[in-house]
Amino acid sequence: MATTITFALMDPPYESARSTTAFRLIDIAARRGYNVNVFAYEGAVATPFAQQKAHPNAVHGRDAAQENHPLPKDWVAALMQAAAQNGGKLDWVNCGLCVDERGVAEVIEGVRRGTPGDLWRMASESQGTLIIGTR
Amino acid sequence: MVIASRDPFESRDVDQLYDLAAGIVREGNEVTVFLVQNGVLPARFGARSEGLTKLSARGVKVLADEFSLRERAIGGDQLVSGVTPSPLDVIVDHLAAGGKALWH
Repeated sequence: MATTITFALMDPPYESARSTTAFRLIDIAARRGYNVNVFAYEGAVATPFAQQKAHPNAVHGRDAAQENHPLPKDWVAALMQAAAQNGGKLDWVNCGLCVDERGVAEVIEGVRRGTPGDLWRMASESQGTLIIGTR
Repeated sequence: MVIASRDPFESRDVDQLYDLAAGIVREGNEVTVFLVQNGVLPARFGARSEGLTKLSARGVKVLADEFSLRERAIGGDQLVSGVTPSPLDVIVDHLAAGGKALWH
């Protein structure tokens, strides 16, 4: 049976080191070929929001390309790709109510809409689950 | 496994997390406290580190994320006794093996 791990994420992008640590954990699991479930709720549903855009930095006189601003949606896509390349899958589910509250329904390919029931099902089918809540 | 991400200088409830870990061991179980992000700050010798020293003495395994230590320029020679630098992989190992993990 394939190894499956579930993470629940709550923090919005660009706000907390918790998001970075979560990405690091998902990356480790994806590179091992594990199946990784992510249930994103509250602000974390904006992480794979498709309308994120790189921007220039007028203060430093750099255009958008020079600024090379990181976009969390691209990191999510890269993690999905890493999982697939190693024989696993990253299944990212956004809490639908949280999405509607924030108007971030337009997400990158591979992200689906769900409910807290999905988190229960994911956890039930996983070897381990880690809930990373906002303090 | 208990994952400690908070700085005890900022969050008073870190002590309660350490108490929880000590209690788990006192009840005859095994537990690892994994320090990550600002949770590694008390691993420096002299920086409110007595809590971690006591935990280790009580049989709690204390690990500190190598990346978080490097980010904060905390070298291995600055760590208090009982704290061991560790890759983040340890958490994934634990979850994959069916272990329980609590994030704080």
